[in-house]
Parts: sequence; structure tokens; C-alpha cells
Amino acid sequence: MDIQISKKVEQLAPSGIRAFFDLVLGMKDVISLGVGEPDFATPWHIRERAISSIEQGFTSYTSNKGMPELRKQIAHFLKSRYQIEYDYEEEILITVGVSEALDLAMRALLNPGDKVLVPDPVYVSYQPVVELAGGIPVSLKTGLSTHFKINLRDIERACEQGIKVLMINYPCNPTGASYSKKELEAIVKIVKKYNLIVVSDEIYDELTYDFDHTPLASLKGMKDHVVYLNGFSKAYAMTGFRVGYACGPAKIIAAMTKIHQYTMLCASITGQIAALEALKNGFKSVQLMKEEYKRRRRFIVGALNEIGLECHMPEGAFYVFPSIQRTGQSSMEFAQDLLKKKKVALVPGIAFGKNSDGHVRISYASSYENLKEAIQRIKDYLR
Amino acid sequence: MDEILKILSEDARISAEEIAKLTGKSVDTVKKAIKNLEKEGVIVKYKTVIDHDLIRDSNSFVRALIEVSITPQKDVGFDHVAERIYSFSEVISCYLLSGTYDLLLIVEGENIQTVSNFVASKLSPLENVRSTTTHFLLKKYKEDGQILKKKTNGKRLNISY
Repeated sequence: MDIQISKKVEQLAPSGIRAFFDLVLGMKDVISLGVGEPDFATPWHIRERAISSIEQGFTSYTSNKGMPELRKQIAHFLKSRYQIEYDYEEEILITVGVSEALDLAMRALLNPGDKVLVPDPVYVSYQPVVELAGGIPVSLKTGLSTHFKINLRDIERACEQGIKVLMINYPCNPTGASYSKKELEAIVKIVKKYNLIVVSDEIYDELTYDFDHTPLASLKGMKDHVVYLNGFSKAYAMTGFRVGYACGPAKIIAAMTKIHQYTMLCASITGQIAALEALKNGFKSVQLMKEEYKRRRRFIVGALNEIGLECHMPEGAFYVFPSIQRTGQSSMEFAQDLLKKKKVALVPGIAFGKNSDGHVRISYASSYENLKEAIQRIKDYLR
Repeated sequence: MDEILKILSEDARISAEEIAKLTGKSVDTVKKAIKNLEKEGVIVKYKTVIDHDLIRDSNSFVRALIEVSITPQKDVGFDHVAERIYSFSEVISCYLLSGTYDLLLIVEGENIQTVSNFVASKLSPLENVRSTTTHFLLKKYKEDGQILKKKTNGKRLNISY
């Protein structure tokens, strides 16, 4: 029987990278610089809270919007930390990771044919979720010359052709790029001029090293334009708990909730209880983790430049995106060859967009010993 | 200064060059800072943390935590009595505590008998020692922030976006 798959899904760019991932996962004794999650376990007090909640029998559905205590805590946190005020009832939705929030935002906002500005390179889900929602992704190229920050003129030029939504991710996966308050204010001007809606994925906000992170929604007049996405996966090392949240104008959150209540129902209650504990008491462990990552960032940027892979100092997250152009290889060739010959895994830039084939993504979410060893092996490989 | 101490407390064998790479300071600055810390006595010693339970041979030993109550003789003072006690090589650690007793000792000996003999013949007879209570150490779970169980290594997938 010839099964017809949805055309929309068939047309999604296949993950050409998947074969490479399978190769890495099937190998033993690989030093991986290709992991997109923290190498710290979730702080014990958070795990302990989750465990005792299960023991106490908290295993049922929560409200579709998410536990009210968690939404209240998020509202309180955003107000005291960033001075943004969100109504916990109407303007906050708890989702299954930021991934679900991204998908909901697109499906809630886009009519078929609506154009969405998607940076390039950026996290692999962005373009697919736009396409799945029937929208048209418009590429916003970034490059080494701007340290992968988005170019304002490029945004304006695209907007002249009619853009409904701008997607941004800062600090960025895979480039680590982030924006100071001043740089964001320049973006604010354009958002207001063209009346854009911005979906702002700020999951790596706590891992900003050189200045204080500023949520776009906290800037004057921006609250009504921004769907602010955040979560607990990176700051509190809670990737597997699958809890994130979206904050925004009531109309958008209501639309997202409408979809969410049918497709997901609610995020895991255990995850939400853990998230509540994280927000209440997790600040100290975030700071310790940040200090450790800051040290590793310094080390890895220095070490990569020393062995001849040009790499600038990114502002946040735990990735560097060095250029491999001096090898003359494509990013996939480099990654596969390095894996085969030296058992070091990293993610080829092509995974994040055709524009990034001259780069590889190196994650420094790994112990200092691993980073040192990996650098030595890459150095040997390059000889 | 704090950052160098933090790094050294995790790994005392790390070189000054590596510390320089991690902190963004020059190698000379790091070397000077460490020398100063050693001179001031802030860095007392570089030690290796050993899990003795994993060593399989006859050179085992026993540890005991001993609570010591001192007779309150004002003219002698705690420091003086404590010094007389900790000067014994069997006494590994000696702390002055608030609460129902005065000193907490950690004493090491070849076996239970040796430690008991030490308490009976050397410690208890001391002039200002009023009473002692000996607790033998059965198992160490965690010491100085280090969990001694074998670490179940990261269950993360080796590659992810």
C-alpha cells in the first residue's frame, strides 16, 4: 500500500545531519563538543522537590495554562528581575519546553503565506515551525563580519517586502551572539516602524557574560509587540523536564493556549513543580554555573585561536562558532573526518543553514578536562 | 584572588599557565598571587583526597570521632589544653565546639584496640580532661564537598542541538 505523507511534511528540509548524529551516538569513547545541554545535573534541591512531589502523589493534569503557582512565580520573577509586568492569568502560558512555545506562537500568528524573518544561522527548529504553520521563512543572514549579530538594514529591506513576524534568539544557538540594551533599542525602532511581532527566544539569558541581559519585552513600548519565550532547560540544567513558558499580549497567549489545550493539554506536573522550586531557590546554582562557563569560554576561544581556527568571543550561551575555512573542507567533511580520525564530535555548521558551511559549532558544556583533550586532538588533526 | 583559590581547591595540581588561561590573567600575575597566598598562610597545603575504602591491602586503619569535655579551669584556658591534646600524632583533627562538650577530635589508629588504648592511656588521664565519648567511623559518604561514591557518568546524549 502506498502511504501518502502530508506534502507539507515531505517538503520540510530533511535533517541531512541525522546520519551524522546516528554515527556519533553509535560510537564509543567519543569526546563530544556537540552537546546542546548543560553538563551539570539539575541542582539536587530541584530534583529532590520533584521526587517528593511524585511520592506525595502529584501526578495528575494541571490547568491548561500551567500551575497558577508557577505562573505567579514567573510573573513575580520577571517583575523584580527585569521590571516587566505580566498578568499571570492572561499573559503567561506554561509549555512543554520552549520548543512547544515556538510552535504554538507560529501556529497562533500565521496565516498561509505570511512572511517570517528567520536569522541564519539559527536553531534548527525555527524554519521548520514556520513552514509547518503555513508561513514563509525569509532568511536574515548574519556573518562573521558582524559577529553574527543581525543587520538592521537587512531587516528594513526585508520589511519593505512585507514581514509579519521577526524571530530572534539571543544569546544565540549556535553562534553565542547576544545584544546589549543599546543594540536592542536600535531593533526596537524598526519593530515599531513596521509594526512587527517579535518572537523572542531568550532561553540562554542567564548565560550572558559581558553585560546584563535585557529582555526585548522590557524595553519601552515593546511589551505589546513581543512574544517572550523562556524556560528552565539551560539556566537550571532541566532539559529533560520539558518545561518552558511564553509571555505576551493576552490575545496571542489566548490563541496559543487554545491550540495547546487540544494538542498538549498541559506540561508535566513534575516538571512544573521542579520549575517552581528552581525559580524560588535556584539562583545561587545559576551563578555558580555561569562562573564556570565563563572560565571555559575564555579557555576555548583562546585555545581555538591558538591552533588556527579563527574564533571570536561570543557574548553568551555555551557555544562558539569558529571558522574552518583554512582547512578547505566543507563543515560536514571536517566533522566526519575529525570524528573518524580523532573521535571528537562537533556539529557541522551546515546543520544550521547553508550560509554556515564554513563553520562548526563547538559546545563548551563539557568538563575542562574534556575540553583540553578535545583541543589537543583537533590540534593533532589539523597538522 | 578568589577565583584562583576556587580553581586550586578543585584541582591543586593545575598549572599556573592553565589558571592564566581560565581567568584571563597573565601567567606572572597568577604565579605571584599564588606565592603571596602561600606566604600569608591562606594556602596552607596542597593535598590529595584519597578514598581509603577502595584500597585493598593490609594497611587499613580506623578513625574515630571523640568528644572531649574539659574541666572548666579558667587559668588554663582552652587553647592550652587543646594544644596538649592535638600534639599527639594520633590526633588528625581538633576542633573547639559550642554545645554539650568542648573539643571534637578525629583520631586515627591501626585498629579499634589501638584507638581505645590511646583514649584510655593518653587522652583520658590528662589533667583537664573530664570525660570522653568515642564514636568509631563506619563509612564516609561525603567529605569536604566531595561525594565519595563512584560517579555515574553523564547520561547525556553525545550529540544534540
